[in-house]
Amino acid sequence: MTNYGHADQMRRATSAVMTTLTALCTVLAVTALAVILFYIAWQGIGSLSLQFLIDRPRPVGEGGGIGNAIVGSLVLLLISSAFGLPLGICVGVYLSEIGRGRFGGTVRFIVDTLTGIPSIVTGVFVYAILVLPMKHFSAFAGGVALALIMIPIVARTTEEMLKLVPHSLREGALALGAPQWRVILGVVIPAAAPGIATGAMLAIARVSGETAPLLFTAFGSRFFPTSLNEPIASLTVQIYNYAISPYDEWHAQAWAATLVLMTLVLGINIIVRFLTRRKF
Amino acid sequence: MPVQTVAPRIEVRASPPPPASPGKAKVAVRDLDFFYGRVQALHNISLEIPERIVMAFIGPSGCGKSTFLRTLNRMNDVIPGTRVGGKVLIDDHDIYEPGTDVVELRRRVGMVFQKSNPFPKSIFDNVAYGLRINRVTNSKSELADRVEQALQDAALWSEVKDRLKTSALSLSGGQQQRLCIARALAIRPEVLLMDEPASALDPIATSKIEELIFDLKERYTIVIVTHNMQQAARVSDTTAFFLLGKLIEVNSTEKMFTAPNEKLTEDYITGRFG
Repeated sequence: MTNYGHADQMRRATSAVMTTLTALCTVLAVTALAVILFYIAWQGIGSLSLQFLIDRPRPVGEGGGIGNAIVGSLVLLLISSAFGLPLGICVGVYLSEIGRGRFGGTVRFIVDTLTGIPSIVTGVFVYAILVLPMKHFSAFAGGVALALIMIPIVARTTEEMLKLVPHSLREGALALGAPQWRVILGVVIPAAAPGIATGAMLAIARVSGETAPLLFTAFGSRFFPTSLNEPIASLTVQIYNYAISPYDEWHAQAWAATLVLMTLVLGINIIVRFLTRRKF
Repeated sequence: MPVQTVAPRIEVRASPPPPASPGKAKVAVRDLDFFYGRVQALHNISLEIPERIVMAFIGPSGCGKSTFLRTLNRMNDVIPGTRVGGKVLIDDHDIYEPGTDVVELRRRVGMVFQKSNPFPKSIFDNVAYGLRINRVTNSKSELADRVEQALQDAALWSEVKDRLKTSALSLSGGQQQRLCIARALAIRPEVLLMDEPASALDPIATSKIEELIFDLKERYTIVIVTHNMQQAARVSDTTAFFLLGKLIEVNSTEKMFTAPNEKLTEDYITGRFG
């Protein structure tokens, strides 16, 4: 048998304590998350029905639903993704592949600062540059506000993912006579695609939970949208409005809407992961 | 194996460059200086590489042999802050002249790297990559033919012919390196630069690569950088010895390893330093 000395015993004890400590922290964090999820499901599931999912809001006592808010949230995510994802990815590609000098550093600093701007400030900004000149709230303005929040997140994750692609791959493609743009499009971006998709996912998940920037831009509506040029409902704003209302029925509907919002984010997550799963 | 006795045109750095003799040298380097920022990595190198031979570059780590190799297809262009002086003539055309098409140059001067670097694509798509970006052909069957030919030239076809659609990353290290050679051969370069192509491989994979180099010599001009002097002795016709960014000696491999002209070469080859 091996004879363990005192130092050896100390080392084993420290290791055991540290392992237990990290395990405890993990359990604590996961428990908090699980409690939130279960509580929302518990509170929300009661008011959930097909009617609730497809109807528009009705006055208190007449039921009604969040169909228009689901459509509105999807429209807003679509608009913001259409602007935010391509722009963010392009900025990330620029930072990683092209702009390595002082200008690139400046852009990186600005992008980092943008990430830290409170979302309500973005809402006020879009209110000033879009809503005031147009003289009305609109889905378009809401989408732009969300896109502004997405861009820095997408840009930075894209940059980090592209930097993980080995330099030897770029050289291999260049040595075959590929111009830089083809190296980036054909080799570097595909190699980093799953990571870029994760970044895009994070950004979509983040903005789908945003309420503040929508208050001054998309505003909210009790009807199904007919145009991007008019106020539009969203799940988050509807939850906010119902939650601060004095009616128990609306409180219950707010819980159900929260459950729907969470499921929506989860669904988008699964779809994107499926579409960008690593093929090679 | 038949011993190939090639008598290449050899030029030692110290002697004045002889007048250009068209048709003899595939690559002719004249008074080449190279800088990484303010650090001079190559000093006044002149060298001729005849067509259809294997030339080996040997020398200790950091002596500039890889840097020199990479000046031959302007791969150093992608490193910021580098600067070149002198001339590199390929078929009597200076590749550092303004207006040179770097893409066209790299199509003619292929490169295989020290660490195999297959793209995260299928085996087929890896080999087809160069053909596609250079628009070599629009016909699918011709593309497939060229891919097969390249894989056969790289002695990899029989091992991968049933799984061309699977990921290149599923191949072993030696197979990946041969795939990279196939990828370089697919666009039929005139010169093939190999930067320590076998340094990360086991002896069996290494011997496969060396046999391959021997076969390819019939059609290509090959320049190989190697740390392994036995390898240089086995595969090359001509050997160039670099030390501290200077070209010390170029000679036929046989002479180089038996009776080198320079004392420094002899010291290196006999293991007295480096």
